[in-house]
Amino acid sequence: MTTPGEVTTAEPMAPEQHPMSRFLREDRMPHIWCSSCGLGTTLTCFIMAVVESGIDPKDMAVISGIGCTGRVAGYLNFDSFHTTHGRAIPFATGLALANPDLRVVVYSGDGDLVAIGGNHFIHAARRNMDILCVCVNNFTYGMTGGQAGPTTPITAKATTAPYGSYEYPFNIPYLAVASGANYVARWTALHMRRLKNSFREAINKKGFRVIEIISPCPTAFARKNRLGTGLDVLKYYHANSIIQHGADPKDADIEMGGKIIVGKFLDVDRPCYRDYVTESISRQLGGK
Amino acid sequence: MAEDRRVLTGEHFLNGDHACAEGAMAAGCKFFGGYPITPSSEIAERMSERLPEVGGIYLQMEDELASMNAILGAAWGGWKSMTCTSGPGFSLMMENLGLGVVLETPCVLVNIQRGGPSTGLPTLVGQADMMQARWGSHGDYEIIALAPNSPQEMFDLTYKAFDLSERYRVPTLVMSDECVGHMSEKVVIPPAGKMPEVQRKYTTKKPGEYLPFDHPAGGVAPMVKAGDGYNIHVTGLTHDERGYPVINAEAQDVMVRHLIDKINKNRDDIIDVEEIDVEGADVIIVSYGISSRTCYRALDMAKEEGLKVGMFRLVTVWPFPEEQVRELAKRVKAFVVVELNFGQIYYEVERCACGNAATYLVPHAGGDIHDPADILAALKEAAK
Repeated sequence: MTTPGEVTTAEPMAPEQHPMSRFLREDRMPHIWCSSCGLGTTLTCFIMAVVESGIDPKDMAVISGIGCTGRVAGYLNFDSFHTTHGRAIPFATGLALANPDLRVVVYSGDGDLVAIGGNHFIHAARRNMDILCVCVNNFTYGMTGGQAGPTTPITAKATTAPYGSYEYPFNIPYLAVASGANYVARWTALHMRRLKNSFREAINKKGFRVIEIISPCPTAFARKNRLGTGLDVLKYYHANSIIQHGADPKDADIEMGGKIIVGKFLDVDRPCYRDYVTESISRQLGGK
Repeated sequence: MAEDRRVLTGEHFLNGDHACAEGAMAAGCKFFGGYPITPSSEIAERMSERLPEVGGIYLQMEDELASMNAILGAAWGGWKSMTCTSGPGFSLMMENLGLGVVLETPCVLVNIQRGGPSTGLPTLVGQADMMQARWGSHGDYEIIALAPNSPQEMFDLTYKAFDLSERYRVPTLVMSDECVGHMSEKVVIPPAGKMPEVQRKYTTKKPGEYLPFDHPAGGVAPMVKAGDGYNIHVTGLTHDERGYPVINAEAQDVMVRHLIDKINKNRDDIIDVEEIDVEGADVIIVSYGISSRTCYRALDMAKEEGLKVGMFRLVTVWPFPEEQVRELAKRVKAFVVVELNFGQIYYEVERCACGNAATYLVPHAGGDIHDPADILAALKEAAK
């Protein structure tokens, strides 16, 4: 302890390197995300999971589409690809097939993955392509100013739904399970430890894996729906999330003001696309 | 074993679509992502059988948006890749053709043109996507497009398209048509030793020194592939030489100029044309693809009638051989442009003629090829 005016002889402490700096493109900071947005938290969990799993970052590639979450690829210091709106999954598909040694992660938002990219999402799941698909769901198009989308809960307000949304939203875990994914989990940005564990578990699996993360958008969705600050939204998650591993995903709809069922819905080891390619070709063409 | 199967050496009776697939195989294509559409599906079918023989993968995508993206992803994974399509599929690929242009990603896109607009004539010929090939994706850029007029050229020019796409790091288009795709003719494929796999140039620089989007003196940077340890960042946003987004007018100017210059400054290397009896001609036919085959007949008919006519066939359509047309315009009376549309390349010829030669069009809506008699009539009119 020093008191004002006291002269200290101790060497000034060297600025400590941030423990995650080697995984981040620090030359791209500051990031564009709003204060109390959940995206930074999800990225922290992801990096912690990569560290714990002992994977060399050079063996991973991250692909994003467009939107706030789409910026993840620009901040992670992996081989990273920021593609067009909705197209991260097909880009990742080509990448994963050309280099099977890579662990390929798609990290994007709800609008990107299940609206404009919805067709790619269900087909990659159907093929059980070797991709970990992280979907950060903030119920809105944040980057473009808070328009309604396919995950906006019915009655929720948005800049293009001033009278409240009239549409039923997608239930992403149910969609992923029905489409053929190998692993499906949902957490909120509040569930850091569980989210990190889920990332670690999913990184080490094969086939199409989906982790949905419910995340606050304080600037657009929360403000338009008078949900308070990002912290208020996290308090809401704390009070209303129900951890229910193995829940039937069809019961996991999200409604305004309702409970949010989180946990691991599915964890199976159905052979993935490449397993079928390898087995079939070696059987029919003699391992050419 | 895989190397033995790469090149289908020998003399074959092949349709244009199959010859195209064999050209891609010879070039070393390892990935095909596509969506079935008439009249290009035979390329996909052939690739689905051939690629597994060399350890490659055919993947039928959910649509053409996915197809175009998948081949870009495969290219960054280190494989040479291609897709093919027709009609509406070409429109769907435009979004991510632009991504490929901005990511400077080598790959090949084959369009077996059919009659349009919209669903149009799925089984019948057209050549009305030529301007879409040039300008179809939003924004400013230059592209390379080749126009084969025989199954032999479907083989040769598909192989060449892979080579050009690697050397200039640009998606390269093979703008064929239903007639050339479906006609069967002799195709001669050299031995594998004479058809080396098209090579990608990879950087020898260390991580930290390497700039994936550098543009040394009108050229392109060598590539790396994901997993090489360079931690590259690649974005469809306007970016600097590192690949980092920079959203301002200065960065936009540097990047877009580079995308244009790397093609335009190498036009002499890229452009290929076929000239027939151009010296001393009064009238010159300009044509490409299946229409140029009809023009061969019209040339003979015109010569029988004593007309001094020649032909300037576009093997490379984009970049357009403007200097050659500009020079020819000073020496001839007129150009007659023959294409299956109501004027696309015609306007390029007219632009480059600079008023020095008249420019005539023999239009055709597609669904059939020209009648040589109509071309002859235009030649006579132009020679007056």
